[in-house]
Amino acid sequence: MELFLQQIINGIMLGSTYAVVALGLTLVFGILHIPNFAHGHLYMLGGYVTFFLVTLYGFGFWTAMISSMVVLALVGMFVERVVYRPLRNQPHINSFISAIGALMFLETFVIVAWGPQGQRIPNPYPNPIEIMGIILTQQRLLVIIAAIVLIILLQLFLKKTTPGTTIEAVAQNREGAMLVGINVNRVSSMTFAIATATAAAAASLVAPIFMVSPSMGALLGMKAFIIVILGGLGSVPGAICGGYILGLIEALGGGYISADYKDVFAFGALILILAIKPTGLFGKEAG
Amino acid sequence: MVLQLIKQKWFYLAILAIALAVPLLVPNRYFFQIIIISCIFAIATLSMNLILGYTGQASLAHAGFFGIGAYGVGLMTKAGVSFWLALPASALLAALVGFLIGIPTLRTRGSYFAIATLCFGVIVSIIAGNWVSLTGGHTGVVGIPRPSPIPLPLAGEITFQTQTAQYYLVLAFLLLTLFVMHRLVYSLQGLSFMAVRNNEVLADAVGINTFATKMLSFVVANFFAALAGGIYASIIGSISPSTASYTLTFNWLVYLLLGGAATLSGPIAGAFAIPILMEYMQFLEEYRQLIFGALLIVVIIYFPRGLMGGLASLRVKAVNYSHRRKAGVPSAAESGKPDQAF
Repeated sequence: MELFLQQIINGIMLGSTYAVVALGLTLVFGILHIPNFAHGHLYMLGGYVTFFLVTLYGFGFWTAMISSMVVLALVGMFVERVVYRPLRNQPHINSFISAIGALMFLETFVIVAWGPQGQRIPNPYPNPIEIMGIILTQQRLLVIIAAIVLIILLQLFLKKTTPGTTIEAVAQNREGAMLVGINVNRVSSMTFAIATATAAAAASLVAPIFMVSPSMGALLGMKAFIIVILGGLGSVPGAICGGYILGLIEALGGGYISADYKDVFAFGALILILAIKPTGLFGKEAG
Repeated sequence: MVLQLIKQKWFYLAILAIALAVPLLVPNRYFFQIIIISCIFAIATLSMNLILGYTGQASLAHAGFFGIGAYGVGLMTKAGVSFWLALPASALLAALVGFLIGIPTLRTRGSYFAIATLCFGVIVSIIAGNWVSLTGGHTGVVGIPRPSPIPLPLAGEITFQTQTAQYYLVLAFLLLTLFVMHRLVYSLQGLSFMAVRNNEVLADAVGINTFATKMLSFVVANFFAALAGGIYASIIGSISPSTASYTLTFNWLVYLLLGGAATLSGPIAGAFAIPILMEYMQFLEEYRQLIFGALLIVVIIYFPRGLMGGLASLRVKAVNYSHRRKAGVPSAAESGKPDQAF
């Protein structure tokens, strides 16, 4: 029973990361229809920025995380402008190939600049706490709480503020949004900035627990895509639920069945579900 | 007759002559090995071209199927099966797996297909890394025997112990692949592939069975990817999960797009030119993927037809121009040709 609860907590923590990363991707992929396959790599870059701010420049954990979000928002805007905007009216697959170019660039850039080995951020909150017989470090609890706060803030932004509603407007009808005077280019930039900043936040939060390494982005990016497709393109609740579900599947599957094959479950599930419904579980239209 | 053939096809014959003379031209064994690997990767890139370039479906499981072929040949020949039996068996196995994977994934479109196939490719390399009793795990399979000798009635047998013999073997397979691709692309079936690529809904409306068309392209592409993998395993002698890694798929994607997708010469040009150029720029080795990534973005945005596609459209322009000057009427030289805009 204790092992089970421990795995559940691990699953929720893992799921928190997935949910936050998938949330950003669902905005970009589902709403702007940009298959930003480099999303996981931007997440990785966010982790590195935090790592350097903490270890080299002595930033506190929270200031480093917020600075990293700002830096990655700028990087995200740059990527949107350079990698995707010229291809907006081209077939989807061209953007996808462009995205592969971007991720190759980002991963090698990090390897060349900072080496291929993993780095660990000193854990700011290492003390263990005990809740109902399960022991977890404060940092893990923090990840779970911070993810929830981020998700709520993002929801409030999308629903209650004018810039947020312009994103929704573009999602519903791009031409209509342009007609009422919404600058679609600006909305694209803003959506990218938000998506990459949340990814950077997720990476910073888990960096003290796992390590930051150049290869951490590739698998996470794929998983984020799986979550977005399964949860329904552009669906914010779908991405959040999908994230937590995938986290739990992985923690339980890894804990009870086979840790080596835990990624196979997620990828296999995607192929199976696409077999039944080619546009994803809640998908409306083909990409 | 022969003279006419030479006159019409002098360019291709010259290339063939150079290809046959390669063993005399290479400066050292190391460089020769790069040429041999380029030949194998050219087969893989050509097959990727069929599904991605001509049919417009970005299959990113290509290295996965390459890996299936490589592990198939590696494990079978180590168990004593002849190379000449193991190679077609592995390629057919990959074609079958491709068929089974195609059933769910080919119903999806665009990025969904790319992601689903990428997932499959990653599954293959995870299995290769973890099914230790079969695949040897992360150390892989080592000591794979060279291709079995071919017995000749009078002159003994052809062995594949020397680099020169191995080179002619891979060159033969490359020419075979090129021949099959050429026949396929310039057939009615080839036109169906391109119809699906250019407008799937329209293709469906004019009576093309789009699913079957995509499936044929996917299965043939995977067959040749596995063929390349099988030859690779036997020539190199050792394989590991990285033989099925998506990094390879991405490299072929770069070769294909830089060389020119939806042309037959482009994938070959890319698969030879890029590794050889990188060899001459050793100091850039570290930055290899960085440059590839940036180039991929630039090419897909500004030169989506790649080097060979760009040259072809220049030639068409030149021909049109001279025709107009001679006859005073515009000609439609490019209509109906497969090498149209990707």
